[in-house]
Amino acid sequence: MELTAIIAQLVFFVVAVLTLAAAFLTVLVRNVFHAALALVGTFFGVAAIYLMLEAEFLAIVQVLIYIGAIAVLILFAVMLTRGMMQSQESGTNKQWAWAALAIAVLFLGLFILILQVPWVHSGTAVYTDTTPYLGTELLTTYLLPFEVVSVLLLAALIGAFIIARE
Amino acid sequence: MDIFSFIFNPFVGLYNLIRDGLTQLLLAAGVPADTTRLIVFFIMGLLVVTVVLILAPVMMMYITLLERKVVARMQDRVGPNRVGPLGLLQPIADMIKFMVKEDIVPEGVDRPVHLLAPIIAVVPVVMSFAIIQFGVGMGAVDLNLGLLFLLAMGSVATISVFMAGFGSHNKFALIGGMRAAAQIISYEIPQILAVAVPVLLAGSISLSQVIQAQSGAFGLGWFFWYIPVGPIAFFVYLLAATAEINRVPFDLPEAESELVAGYHTEYSGMKFGLFYLAEFLNTFLISAIGASIFFGGWQGPFVQQIPALGILYFFGKTILLIIVQLWFRGALPRIRVDQLMNFGWKRLVPITLALILFTAAFLWFYRGVLLFLKGYGG
Repeated sequence: MELTAIIAQLVFFVVAVLTLAAAFLTVLVRNVFHAALALVGTFFGVAAIYLMLEAEFLAIVQVLIYIGAIAVLILFAVMLTRGMMQSQESGTNKQWAWAALAIAVLFLGLFILILQVPWVHSGTAVYTDTTPYLGTELLTTYLLPFEVVSVLLLAALIGAFIIARE
Repeated sequence: MDIFSFIFNPFVGLYNLIRDGLTQLLLAAGVPADTTRLIVFFIMGLLVVTVVLILAPVMMMYITLLERKVVARMQDRVGPNRVGPLGLLQPIADMIKFMVKEDIVPEGVDRPVHLLAPIIAVVPVVMSFAIIQFGVGMGAVDLNLGLLFLLAMGSVATISVFMAGFGSHNKFALIGGMRAAAQIISYEIPQILAVAVPVLLAGSISLSQVIQAQSGAFGLGWFFWYIPVGPIAFFVYLLAATAEINRVPFDLPEAESELVAGYHTEYSGMKFGLFYLAEFLNTFLISAIGASIFFGGWQGPFVQQIPALGILYFFGKTILLIIVQLWFRGALPRIRVDQLMNFGWKRLVPITLALILFTAAFLWFYRGVLLFLKGYGG
């Protein structure tokens, strides 16, 4: 099993570097369209990490929702709003110092939190096919939050229609 | 392994033969057991990937020939018949032409985006081929989330359309790209909802289990026969999937009379060849999935006895569905943008939602009756 573990480590390293590179590109590139495409790359990297954690359902839904819907929405917005042919934006604006401060605080907070949480290994067997359990739990134990989220999304949908009509 | 099971399912037999032989060879050479397992896993994986990667373009080439022949027959022409007997070598000549053409990158395009777009168009389609079950036990991988994976890969294709349309810096390409993207995300919804009907009936989202669930008597228990939901769901799936891959009558993104060639206007040579490849691979893919989830894939009479028949059944059903799409192409005019959006959102989406409700209610009722009878009898 030694060899498999080494290979898994290597693959994780490559995926992590690619994901971080895409994330940096997203914020550093000047062309908004390129930034949106780099964001797609980041989403793919995150999906790959989910796959390595054996969360297949999450990985596939990540691709379906974040790339198939959210990234496409962002691309649509870029296409419809910017001066199409030359969208050279500056990477920084007046608020960069405050933004940097907020991000630094957030990063430190998360970092300290991750170090403090005792990550225990449950030791029990893991389900190989998690999808049926996810579905059952969503429609029994977590039915109320699930329905509330649906109503929220429906409200957002109707709101979008009303705004678009005016 | 006895000789009969080998003859009756030759490809799976060959696979097992190579795998076992390799394992024995490595073990005899003194390689430790776990390393052997790893090496065999990698080699067999490479082998399967190679076979699928060779099969896909060859199939695509002959679908182009099939399309030209079938449409020619519908229009009372002969079709390609000069290169080779019956024009059978025509696709190979076409491919050679694509490959030797000069690679032109037009001035003023967004270079990295322009060059990446055709690759991103092809990769998700080829990845989707991994889950297709070509015969009994003949799938590259048997994902338990197979159909969801397929839909996710289909949604990635939108990105390549955007890249091609926007990166070309050409107004025809841009309008084509916008149309294609709007169309793909609109018709994705009825497609997903229509696929949900066989998933509900089978009680699984894995493609192999959906096929397994359609065995019935003589392997004819196809979901298409579940009247009324089966046929309606199938037609909605076929229409939505045809729209999703931008084929006639939903080919507005590449309407040649208005938009030159739509989002791939600026592409030539092999880069155009890749878009072409993606389009025809998609045609094969949606036909194969339609055949698998509504017509039982490799299920058919006597498949239990002779598994090799499954390959014939699968390809027969798939090619029939491809011909239905070519028939659309030969017979139907292109629809307008407003008709397209109205049809998708006001007709297909409500129909599929009603179908899902009906199927779920029926299954709930049916299982309730079964449980009640069981409890009563026991």
